[in-house]
Parts: sequence; structure tokens; C-alpha cells
Amino acid sequence: MPKNTIKINKKDYKFEKDETILNVARRNNISIPSLCDHADFCAKENCRVCVVEIKGEHGLSTSCGTKAKSGMEVFTDTDRVEKSRGLNLEMIFAEHIEKCATCIWRFECKLLKYAREYNLLINTFPDRKGKRPVYKFKNAVELDSSQCIDCRNCIDACSILQGIDYLEIKGKGHNQEVAPTSDRRKHCILCGQCALHCPVSAAQEQANWQDVEKEILNDKKTVVVQFAPSIRVSIGEDFGMDYGEIVTEKLVSSLRALGFDFVFDVSYFADITTIVEAEELLERITKKGTLPMMTSCCPGWVNYVEHYNPELIPNLTTARSPQIHGGGVIKTYWANKMGIDPKDIVVVSIMPCTAKKYEASREEMTINNQLPVDYVLTTRELSFMIKKSKIDFVNIKETKADNPLGEYTGAGVIFGGSGGVMESALRTAQYILEGDNAKLSKKRIDFHDVRGLEDIKEAEIDIAGNKVRVGIVNGIKHIKEIIPRLKDFDYIEIMTCPGGCIGGGGQPIPTSRAIVKERIAALYRDDKNKKVRVSAENESAKEILDWLKENNLEHKTLHTRYFKNLD
Amino acid sequence: MTKLLDKIKKAELRGKGGASYPVYLKWEKVAKARSRKKFVICNASEGEPDVMKDEYIIEHHPEKLIEGMKLCMKEVSSDKAFLFINQDYYKKYSKRLKGLIRDDNIELFKKPHPAGYIAGEESSLINTIAGERAEPELKPPFPSTKGLYGAPTIVNNVETFYDVSLLNSNQFNNTRLYSITGDCVWSGVYEFADDETIEDILKNTNNYPSFEFFVQIGGGACGEVLNSDQLNRPVTGSGSITIYSKSKHKPVSVLKNWIDFFMNESCGKCTPCREGTYRLHEILKDKQPDWYMFFAILADLPETSFCALGKSVSIPVISYFQNVLKDDTKFSSIYNINKQ
Repeated sequence: MPKNTIKINKKDYKFEKDETILNVARRNNISIPSLCDHADFCAKENCRVCVVEIKGEHGLSTSCGTKAKSGMEVFTDTDRVEKSRGLNLEMIFAEHIEKCATCIWRFECKLLKYAREYNLLINTFPDRKGKRPVYKFKNAVELDSSQCIDCRNCIDACSILQGIDYLEIKGKGHNQEVAPTSDRRKHCILCGQCALHCPVSAAQEQANWQDVEKEILNDKKTVVVQFAPSIRVSIGEDFGMDYGEIVTEKLVSSLRALGFDFVFDVSYFADITTIVEAEELLERITKKGTLPMMTSCCPGWVNYVEHYNPELIPNLTTARSPQIHGGGVIKTYWANKMGIDPKDIVVVSIMPCTAKKYEASREEMTINNQLPVDYVLTTRELSFMIKKSKIDFVNIKETKADNPLGEYTGAGVIFGGSGGVMESALRTAQYILEGDNAKLSKKRIDFHDVRGLEDIKEAEIDIAGNKVRVGIVNGIKHIKEIIPRLKDFDYIEIMTCPGGCIGGGGQPIPTSRAIVKERIAALYRDDKNKKVRVSAENESAKEILDWLKENNLEHKTLHTRYFKNLD
Repeated sequence: MTKLLDKIKKAELRGKGGASYPVYLKWEKVAKARSRKKFVICNASEGEPDVMKDEYIIEHHPEKLIEGMKLCMKEVSSDKAFLFINQDYYKKYSKRLKGLIRDDNIELFKKPHPAGYIAGEESSLINTIAGERAEPELKPPFPSTKGLYGAPTIVNNVETFYDVSLLNSNQFNNTRLYSITGDCVWSGVYEFADDETIEDILKNTNNYPSFEFFVQIGGGACGEVLNSDQLNRPVTGSGSITIYSKSKHKPVSVLKNWIDFFMNESCGKCTPCREGTYRLHEILKDKQPDWYMFFAILADLPETSFCALGKSVSIPVISYFQNVLKDDTKFSSIYNINKQ
């Protein structure tokens, strides 16, 4: 046999260094089921579903944890493999109470898929976890123990990926249960990475699609939907499209087909956020305010500060996040313009995020006794609604988001990726200081130093003669490295999820480092194609800001507060 | 090769924990490893039912055990050792052991209660000492390459260190210790040649039953079951013989004992062991057990379990059916119809 080649089911396949059997098989479209493996983590080999027969080996081997070796002969479909794999799957089925009727994971469910593919019964064994509890984390995330198959991906996500260590295993053997830690110093920051890495939707968002469906059917309400910048480059994946395809217009049409009355793009409100935030940054720098200023558009990060580092609350920008700016503008400026009573407007956000559900429900966001955003759905919830309504997402006739709130700049779009908020703010800060001169040099629009998926990025950026020392934290785990060095920075962007919102806890499954890379590249492509790429040049956004000022709504709508140790 | 290592090699000394791995191979590997930190661990977990030979050594020859550990530390250039000991033994012997050790380099490590049987498996044991959950790790790498805190580590059984100290003072005579328990009068720990037959051991200790019986050798949970015509062979695995009276023990209750032990001791990491032992337990609870599924799960366990615990569930059960229940009309037909 030639070097670097293995035989799978008697056919030769090339492998790369350190490649697992599972990977070689997948690349060559040989189907091997698997549940506990995830590209973000080392193989744990605990579900024992991806087992294969290797010639010369005593028992069966896991394909996720066994590296390919020259000359290896692997069989994926012998009687031995089928028997053990089938039995292990059937025992796993009995750990998971089927709640398919309302499960947003219904169309993607691996358990149902494997049951069909391998001709297995989901009820060979009686379900054994019926009495297990559901752990709810605020109104954002939940862990349904009656659906958990003990793969432990959620623990890896919470501990290895995020460094939060909130989830742990209690008990052992068949009594073991993944549960919140009893260590009261630890808190869930609602990032939803557990849900993003759960193969069976036991860790999941607290779904609101049913509430939204009811609102859509209510004729008295004007239901406005706004979708986050990062959704446009990810939701296509849920409909079999390639990673990194920009599907903004298909998304808008699908939202309309679902019955939403108006469709707005949060990228537009991200322009407002950018202007508010850039002005605040310049003010803090020139008037010697609290530095470094830290971004606050990521609600997971805000939760983190409030729980773990409340001393940093003065460092957080008081600017509200784009979705809250959006809801606020819709229920004030836009309601006024359209002549609709804000009480009859329902604002729904489509977010790549679970923590946004909690952010939207925070009381201090209230404007005139109303919350700016009524419901937050994750990307996955929206995909589910589109599938359930049998809307042909891929072939739908494309439409643009509603005007006049629909024209957004490139800066608004890149909010969706790590480094994007920083870059948008820098563009605007520079514009404010240098005015139109900034346009002369293209280089100054693309701040390459702040891009990329490194864990921590640092740069010193010259803005109209001012040296601004910036830092970007990509993934909440790395904040601990930055906190002791705050003096080295003037402005820091923090994104809880690796990659930023494009890798958010509400995004399509799977999400991995490689997939995040494709999505972020697409965001920058979208930005490049925009005529206007500086938020401060968004004329209508400026008009809205002026209107809010005139109507004395500026502070209520644009700024917020934070609190120590919210529980 | 040093004198001691050469002796160990020539004596073909094997580990006494159950796997019978050649001692010199493990020691040589760690001795040769280039690492600033190396650890030596003595496994006195002794969590297997019916095995009590390690306790015998701790009670009667603790100085030899400690000497064996010190010889090992010197041999592999390690300056830190752990004596990993179960709670019961700790309560009884820690004072005496501490008096003998008198050295910060050997630490008595009390096995935490919930760790259980699996903590006796070497990678789980290492995890336990490091403060992690008592769960097995993927092998390779073996502890001799990457053990406690990532450093090359020797894990040997109490009796192995005892043997080494005997060997060092030229007192080793190729004997081993046997625990004899069950339906017998003279239960206890005895010393015999390591190739002594089971029959001779039972006869020489006046324990050979006068009633119909069968035995389990090599551990009261994962050991093999033999009938009274199969005793002309030495004990393999850990040194234990458990005697069962045929009339006293009903087949299903014997099976339940083993299965419940494995179910309660499963760490929960992998599907076949966590779910499989639970389902076996449930099947046996049934008035009309689903024997087909029973044997299907037993066949799956050695095929796909993560570690030796799950892999060994079928050993006592299948050998019990094959060697003992073959004479029982009902159970032999159950086995013949459902075996896979």
C-alpha cells in the first residue's frame, strides 16, 4: 500500500498527518455517526458511536480518537460494527426524552437521523431520565437534563472554550448529571456556547418562537423584526448553503414571508451605536475620563463584568447595544414618523446570541414604560420557523430591508465579527476628528491591525495625531490575561464568543473555528462592497440622533447603566 | 542495567495488580525517561471484592512495602511518591505507615470516598491524586510516558513493591499471596508458589469443599468463573479464590451481584458501561428477563467500553454460563439460544 494511505472498506484513501479515521472518512463521504466529537475540542471518545473495526485490533476502535496510520485497514459497516453501534445508539436514545413537537432542533436532529439511517428504534429501551430537572439560566439558556446524553460537550464549551467553569458533573455512573456548579462564586454569563456545542439540544436557548408566532397573528399589532449583522453570513448554512454565503436579501424575504410587517437591519442601528460610542471615546480621551473604555455591546461580557469584575463597570461604554438602540428608535422616532402608537408595536430581534434575550429584558432599558425589544430569537429559532413554514429559503425572491431605516454602512456590518466594533468606532472617531480628509486615504478605512481571529490583538493607532492604544479580546476566556494590564490600553473590545457574534451561542450548529473564519471573511466582503463604510457618514442615522436630541429622548434611548453582581 | 533491575528482569517479576505486566519494562521506561519530575505511586486501593492480600502486606510487612517504594524511587530517580490507600486501610494503618515513612518524599494519599473501584485503575488513580474526577484516560500515552501532572509515573500494586524488596534482599521465591473467601471455613490470605494449582491451594488450606461448588479466581468482580473440574491450573489476574456453594447461590442472584457491582462502580464516562450496566441491572430485575438483550449488551461491553472496567463485565458472567450453568437445563438453554 502506498505511504500515507489507509484502506476503508477495502478502498484506499490518502490521509494527512495526525488525521483521525473519522476525518478521512468524512472527507470522502463515508458516513460514520458520531455525537460527542466536535472540531473545537480534543476527542473525548465517550459516546462510542463512531466505532469502527480495525484489522488486528482486539475490540472495536473509536474513529474520532484513532489516528490514521499507513497500512491500516478499517471497516465501517461490518456486522460487528453495526451491532455495537446500533446498541450504543439505542441506549443513548433512551437517555433523551423526545420533545420533538416543540423542539427547534427537529429538522436537524442527529438522533432522529441516525435512527432512520441505521434502521433503529428510538424506544428499544424505556426512557430513563423522565424525572430529571430542567435548569434555567435567567430567560436565556436552559439545560434539560431529561434530554442529556452525557457527552459532556457543554462542559468542554463552558470550561475549556470559555473558562467559565459553571457546569460540572454531579454523581457518577448512570446517576451522573450535568448541573450548575454549587460553587456560589461562579455564575453563568448566558453565552450559550453549551447550546452551540450540544449535539442533541439538551442545552438550548429558552425558545420564544411560539410567542412571536402569536404576535404575528394578532392583527392589532405591528410586528417589526430586526436582524443582527452576523446572521446574513450564517443562516444560509441551515439551508444547506455554503459557509460564508451572504444571504441578506433572502433573509429579508423569508422574514416577510413569515408575516413580519416590517424588516429592519440591525447593521443600521450598529451605525448609531458606533457614533454614540466613538463620541464617548473621544470625550473620555480628551476630558481624561475613565480609561480604557470597554465595549458593552456584547451582553455576555456585560454579565461577566457585573458578576466577576464589577470594578470595571465605569470602564464600560454607556452606549446601549445595537438591538436596544434599534428597538428604541423604532418605538420613538419611527413610531412617530409612521403615526403608530408605540404600544401597538412589537419589536422582535433575530440575534446570533442567547444572552441578548436577557439583555432585552433588563428593566433599565425601559423607555416610556416600554422595553425597546419585546422578543429575541436566535438564528436557530428563526431557521426552525422558516423550515416549519416550508419557506424555500434558497430560492426565495430576494428583497431589501425596509427604508428609510434600511441603509446601513459597511461599518455596521462588521460589528458581527471580533474586531469589528473596534474598527467601526475607529473609522468614525477618525472621521469626527479629521472630517472629510479621512476619505483621502483608503488605508485609513481598513484597520487591518484589529482584524483576525487571534485570541488577543493589540495595536497603537494614530487618529488625527492622537495615539490610541487598542486591544481586542476574542473569547471571554482571554479577558483574564488583559485585566492585569489595563493601563496599557485606551480602548478595548471584548467579545464573549470566539470569533465574535458570528460564533455566537445562537448561531447555526455546527459552529467551529474553521466555520467562524468563513463567516468573518464574508462580513468583510460585505463591508468592502458598501459605498459608505463609515458610520458617521450615515446621514439618516445622524438625522435620527438629532431628532432624539430635540425630543429629549437622547439619554433614555441611547445610554444605559450597569449593576454589580446581578443574580 | 542496574543490579536490582537486572534481578527483576531475570526473576521475570510481574505486577500483582491483575494485569501481570512485566515490572522491569515499566521501571526501565521511567528510569530512561528524560524528565525533571518523575513519580512513583503505590496502588493500595484494593477495591475489588474478595481481594485482601494488599491489606495483609500493609498489616504484616509494611516496612517491606515502604522499602520497595524507596528502591523504586531510587531506581527511576524520583523524589516524590504516593501511597494511594483506601479509606478503610487508612483508618486502620495510617499511623503505623506514617511512622515507618518518616520522610516527606512519600505521601499517604487517602482515596476519596466517591472515587470507588474505578480509582484503582491507574489512569483514574492518577486523575484522583491530581484532584480531577476519578475517570480513566485514553491510552496510550501510558503513565510511564505521561502520568501524574504529565510526568513519567510508575504505578504498581502493593504486592509488587513487596516482591521487589524481597528480591532485593534475595528472599524472593516466586511465591504470591492468595485471598481465599466465600463458602469455606479457613478464609484468609495464604502464600504459595505462583504456579500452584487452584486445587492444591484449596486442599493445602483445608478449604476444598465437600459440597458441589464453583470458584471465581482473579478478583470477586471481574475474575473468571471455573467449575470444580477446572481447578488444575494456577490463578491468573489478582490472587484470589472465591468459593461458591452451588446449592446456596441461585444463578440470578449471583448474576445480580456482579452486575450491580459494575453498575455502581461505573464512572459514567462512556455509553456502553454507563448505560449497559444499568440496562443489565434492569433486565435482571424483570420477572421474565430479556435474555437476548442481556447477551447483546454483554457482547457490546468488551467491544466498545472505554476502559477495562466495562470490558470485563462479561468475563464472570459468560464464564459462569459456560463453565457452571451448562449443567442447568434452564440456564444452559437460555445461554445456547441467546449467546452471541
